[in-house]
Amino acid sequence: MAYSKKVVEKFENTLNNPQAFKVGKFDPKEANVGTGMVGAPACGDVMKLQIKCDQVGNTHVIKDVKFKTYGCGSAIASSSELVEMLIGKTLEEAKEIKNKEIVDALELPPIKIHCSVLAEESIHQAIEDFESKQ
Amino acid sequence: MANSTIYLDYASTTPIDPMVAKKMINFMTPEGEFGNPASRSHRYGWAADEAVEEARSHVANLVNCDPREIVWTSGATEADNLAIKGVARFYKSKGNHIITSKIEHKAVLDPCRQLEREGVEVTYLEPNDGGVISPEAVKEVLKENTVLVSIMHVNNELGTINDIAGIGKIVREHGAFFHVDAAQSTGKVEINLSELPVDLMSFSAHKTYGPKGIGALFVRRKPRVRIEALIHGGGHERGMRSGTLPTHQIVGMGEAYRIAKLEINNDRKKIEKFHEKFLKEALKIEHAYINGDLENKVPNILNISFNFIEGESLIMGLKDIAVSSGSACTSASLEPSYVLRALGRKDELAHSSIRFSFGRFTEEKDIDKTIDILGNVVDRLRELSPLWEMHLDGIDLDTIEWEA
Repeated sequence: MAYSKKVVEKFENTLNNPQAFKVGKFDPKEANVGTGMVGAPACGDVMKLQIKCDQVGNTHVIKDVKFKTYGCGSAIASSSELVEMLIGKTLEEAKEIKNKEIVDALELPPIKIHCSVLAEESIHQAIEDFESKQ
Repeated sequence: MANSTIYLDYASTTPIDPMVAKKMINFMTPEGEFGNPASRSHRYGWAADEAVEEARSHVANLVNCDPREIVWTSGATEADNLAIKGVARFYKSKGNHIITSKIEHKAVLDPCRQLEREGVEVTYLEPNDGGVISPEAVKEVLKENTVLVSIMHVNNELGTINDIAGIGKIVREHGAFFHVDAAQSTGKVEINLSELPVDLMSFSAHKTYGPKGIGALFVRRKPRVRIEALIHGGGHERGMRSGTLPTHQIVGMGEAYRIAKLEINNDRKKIEKFHEKFLKEALKIEHAYINGDLENKVPNILNISFNFIEGESLIMGLKDIAVSSGSACTSASLEPSYVLRALGRKDELAHSSIRFSFGRFTEEKDIDKTIDILGNVVDRLRELSPLWEMHLDGIDLDTIEWEA
């Protein structure tokens, strides 16, 4: 299976420099942390995404993000791509991110689109978790 | 680029041995023996025919059968199709039940599916958890109307070896025919068809350092098996497989099998050493599991699951090493390997599996380099894996309700 250059690059950069690409974890119990985990091991992919937010005016802004992903190269690249899109966005803006943006950025083939869908679900879950704590 | 990548996917295909390639070239060009082996009227035809028959003898010699029992096909897939559909259709009035196993190659499973659509009943045997089909398991499902049993010799994903002598004995006593897919075993395991109770056996050239696009089916003469042809047009191969014989391909297969007969022990000894070393080092990696019965397999195939990481990402991480995976993501179907699932492995272990396969041109430094890289990439992917994190936190992944 031939990958787009972008997937390979993203995957390799993330693997070779995990800290710079926001691999890691926050304490999920912290009040300003929201955690989302989607997928299942039996299906071959699990994404865990955590956002750390600051209150700015009457909204929240994503200040930092951490993630971990079990899955194929495209799944890992999709998470990594999403993470880059999130920092500095308000929660409202983050909710608007669509999987298509990840598909386009990474040139994912049709068979790998589910990876981007999973990434989109992970941010929705993380925001939901964060909002439930406020 | 090709040369900087270490090739450990010999079970998928092998390069053509340079001695084989050299011989093949003599049967293509104007100055070579390019004739049609079916031409009876001139020396071009006679010379090509002679080369084809010599190659047939080499193939027969490797597996100890009569050359007249070898039918050329386009590969093992066609040989499997010819054997299975050929017997089922010819002996339709005798019985319409076939036995095979869940770990067969698709070249056996898909023809069986096709026959089911034609009204044949097929039983798919489960292997034991080591990936082996036992004679007893076959015996249990034989029926009055069983006409054919098709069980592979060496499994392509696991390298496990089935007791074809034991299975054949039971099948023959029952009066059914026995077909064996031997695509993975030629040149690796001794095959003696003068003693084995096997009626039909499929061979491939390109798994044994010969060219792609050529294979053969052994069709026993005594006791005689008859098959209905799949391809008609000219009556070549005694009507069992029409079509102009590809002399150069056949010569390549013959030469590859001649060399296999000479090299089987050298190849095996060398590869056993690699297998031992690789296995020892790979098992130093935490939560690495061998798939397939170690006591009952060929050394050239080693299938390992690295828990908590997904096989395709491991393959991408091992970018300078050519291997294959049972992961769903490397297949078009998004299903993990049906062979590993048939062993009763959890799906996540099937997703995490990598098949390393060694061959004649593998060198010790390839093994060393792969081992070096492997542990490191596994560690780094686990660093990325939420499942590994949960495992380290003492969470039992089986107790979690995943939203799939």
